[in-house]
Amino acid sequence: MNAFVDPAGMAGHSGLAKGEVLLRVDNVSLSFGGVKAITNISFDILKGEVRAIIGPNGAGKTSMLNVINGFYHPQEGTITWRGQVRRKMKPYEAASQGIARTFQNVALFKGMTTLDNIMTGRGLKMTKNFFWQCLHWGPALNEEIEHRRKVEEIIDFLEIQAIRKTPVGRLPYGLQKRVELARALAMEPELLLLDEPMAGMNLEEKEDMSRFILDVNQQFGTTIALIEHDMGVVMDLSDRVVVLDYGRKIADGPPEEVQSNQDVIDAYLGVPH
Amino acid sequence: MAGSPVVERLDEDTFPKILLRNARVFADRPSMREKDLGIWQTWTWSQVLEEIRSFAIGLQDIGFGPGDKIAIIGANRPRLYWSMVAAQSLGGIPVPLYADSVAEEMAYVLEHAEVRFACVEDQEQVDKLLSMSEQLPKLEHIVYDDPRGLRDYDHTRLHSFEQLQMNGRAALAADSGRETVWLERIAATKGADLAVMLYTSGTTGRPKGVMLSFDNLVISARNGNAFDKLNETEETIAYLPMAWIGDHVFSLAQAYLAGYCVNCPENLDTVLSDRREIAPTYFFAPPRVFEGLLTLIMVRMEDAGRLKKKMFDSFMALARRVGEPILNGEKVSFLDRLLYQLGEFLVYGPLKNQMGFTRLRVGYTAGEAIGPEIFRFYRSLGLNLKQLYGQTEASVYITMQPDGEIYGDTVGTPAPDVEIKIAESGEVLYRSPGVFVGYYKNDEATRTTKTEDGWVLTGDAGFIADNGHLKIIDRAKDVGRLTDGSLFAPKYIENKLKFYPNVKEVVAFGDGRDFCGVFVNIDLTSVGSWAERNNVNYASYQELAAHPQVYEMIRGHVDEVNRDLANEPMMAGAQIKRFLVLHKELDADDGELTRTQKVRRSFIADRYAPLIEALYDGSTSKHVRTEVTFEDGRKGAIEATVEIRDMQTYPAAGSGMKEAAE
Repeated sequence: MNAFVDPAGMAGHSGLAKGEVLLRVDNVSLSFGGVKAITNISFDILKGEVRAIIGPNGAGKTSMLNVINGFYHPQEGTITWRGQVRRKMKPYEAASQGIARTFQNVALFKGMTTLDNIMTGRGLKMTKNFFWQCLHWGPALNEEIEHRRKVEEIIDFLEIQAIRKTPVGRLPYGLQKRVELARALAMEPELLLLDEPMAGMNLEEKEDMSRFILDVNQQFGTTIALIEHDMGVVMDLSDRVVVLDYGRKIADGPPEEVQSNQDVIDAYLGVPH
Repeated sequence: MAGSPVVERLDEDTFPKILLRNARVFADRPSMREKDLGIWQTWTWSQVLEEIRSFAIGLQDIGFGPGDKIAIIGANRPRLYWSMVAAQSLGGIPVPLYADSVAEEMAYVLEHAEVRFACVEDQEQVDKLLSMSEQLPKLEHIVYDDPRGLRDYDHTRLHSFEQLQMNGRAALAADSGRETVWLERIAATKGADLAVMLYTSGTTGRPKGVMLSFDNLVISARNGNAFDKLNETEETIAYLPMAWIGDHVFSLAQAYLAGYCVNCPENLDTVLSDRREIAPTYFFAPPRVFEGLLTLIMVRMEDAGRLKKKMFDSFMALARRVGEPILNGEKVSFLDRLLYQLGEFLVYGPLKNQMGFTRLRVGYTAGEAIGPEIFRFYRSLGLNLKQLYGQTEASVYITMQPDGEIYGDTVGTPAPDVEIKIAESGEVLYRSPGVFVGYYKNDEATRTTKTEDGWVLTGDAGFIADNGHLKIIDRAKDVGRLTDGSLFAPKYIENKLKFYPNVKEVVAFGDGRDFCGVFVNIDLTSVGSWAERNNVNYASYQELAAHPQVYEMIRGHVDEVNRDLANEPMMAGAQIKRFLVLHKELDADDGELTRTQKVRRSFIADRYAPLIEALYDGSTSKHVRTEVTFEDGRKGAIEATVEIRDMQTYPAAGSGMKEAAE
């Protein structure tokens, strides 16, 4: 009932205080052959904030997230994570360093239950080796019970108790999105990347999801970077917004400021050329 | 398994006193369970005593004293139940509220009850109360159970339940005198003291605060327990609103008196699976819960394999034939009993397990009329489902169905210690030890409801059938008379027709008219699937409703209802003489139904005046044009020629011979 997770006590977290730079992207460019997906982009994400990345279709938002979690490797530029410059990195390394994400198109194991799906989020935190896992009883079981407890806290937090044992494939889309968020949270990330968490949802589901994102941010102190198309949601949720267009950054700042920026308006509404 | 008989002492007349007794007699037996993080957590009676004691002391230290009222707002959580008894132990009065009411509704009750303290479940409720703080100058302290999201709130008037308990424990440890004073305070509580104030939801006008004393609740609960032989081994599940008298009696009063265990589900969506895990022995649900469960089973069975489906169908047919007689202890042939046992193993047992009724000893339903088919389904499985009739003002029990005397259309015989009489107007009156003290700050309403010598007007019309069972027919104010003086109870007739799956909605007319006529709405899902099976083509609701075969089907239903009515002396005069199937579905968007899907009779009477006229002027069809509102708000009109059918009526049973000879 009272799931209280002390952010400071979470494993694998930096000792950064709220407001310090958690991640910085400097002059990053990414291209696929001749296609320039991202051109010379720089911005930072501060510890404890909700950072939105917006832009029209094809602006390079998802590519940017893929760069951050190590799936793409930029040809130019540097990424600084918790004060240390990192170059090439595999996604699982990013995951073990506290970066978790959800996907634009739900990427869950459809045949598995909600509970099992969320348990997979704890996979990286299992420390007992293959041998112990095969044996099942003993230390591996104790460890699993501990992980299950954490997962139950997240289930409680996101209010999905009723679907605990339901195969994910049978759930409505809005709930699948919530399960995906739960799985990302199970990693106890320091930085949570959400790729269009509200795409395809109805108004009520959007409101619920917004509430949960804010709760995650406030309760766990998790830093959140999200891509979203619903401007109302972006304006309400985020502390700062970075706007991309054709792979370039065209604005960066608090929501109100970005909203009134002429370049942003042009990018969204189009201008006669 | 049978519990040891508890020596009931009549001086244990308040819940705090009974708590002390239970902590002594049932120290290690479970008192409450709550599913938390997927695991059932249990509190024994001695642990509950400790929880309540420490909370009471903590509450006392923020200024709660005798006569103070504490609002209880939230879903069924153990701590909210404890806070009620804790308040009573300090001489205070709990006022449970409906957790889903909006802030303004809540404000009225809080203001009217002069509430100084509130114990609420979570942030949602805290926010509601804080948003109204300007209207509620009397509300001083808010205690919350779940701290989620409340960390950064101003805690000068806000306290966590846990913190108050910690304060209480510290105070008890520092000064052993505190406990003695607390126990003395409990000893001073009397049966005549006010135990709780429950606000009736108030479908008409403002909610009224029903004041119930410990005597009301304790005696009613004791009678209820004795009636169904409930003891400390029972398990129940608490999932209905805490502000509702039923939950208060089943989950608190009766649980304290019998010492049984109350289980709180994880949240409202998990009740079904939690019930399966707990398998309650004593269970209450309104008819719609049983209806929903039955539909779920039937839908799933349609998807089952052929063998399973066949097994299910044949054993259900057997159950319909012999299940109820076996349950009622009547004579049934040995072969049938043997087959029924086999069915229990193959079908009924697994089915009951799915529904969480494996251990059910007594189940009740009340609140509305339950469809006889639904009622029979559960009883034929060997589940002792019964009906009761009750009210907040009566501390629930007015009539109950005794084991073995179950009739689908009556609500039973008077509960122990309850007297019943029927007024001239047909209204049901009762007198019992459970009769409420009065409405809070509303003497006028008290006087109009409760007579000088303690009789309470229920507002329901009914009569006592030949077998001594009470039959409720309608709200007293809706009951009218035909011009020949025979009784006309619209809802009674409507419900009889609505029990047919093909009929969705019915509106009956007849008050002050020559005979009873009805509008029928067909159920598109049910009739639609019938049409599909019988190759009946239709393009719209309107077309299907006007189809001759559909008319024939409805005529058959009306005919059965008429035969049924003829068998009831009081109702025989109001048989349906003419009916029509409406050309459009009654819809809340058009204002014909309330948002809770109840028919708005007077509105319909205005809107369909030409049709009503046609119903009574003898014409066989009528052309009408009706304006409709579409879901997107646009308006349109539909035109149709509606056919009106005449029906045969039957002579009333008993007096029938003479008339039939004419």
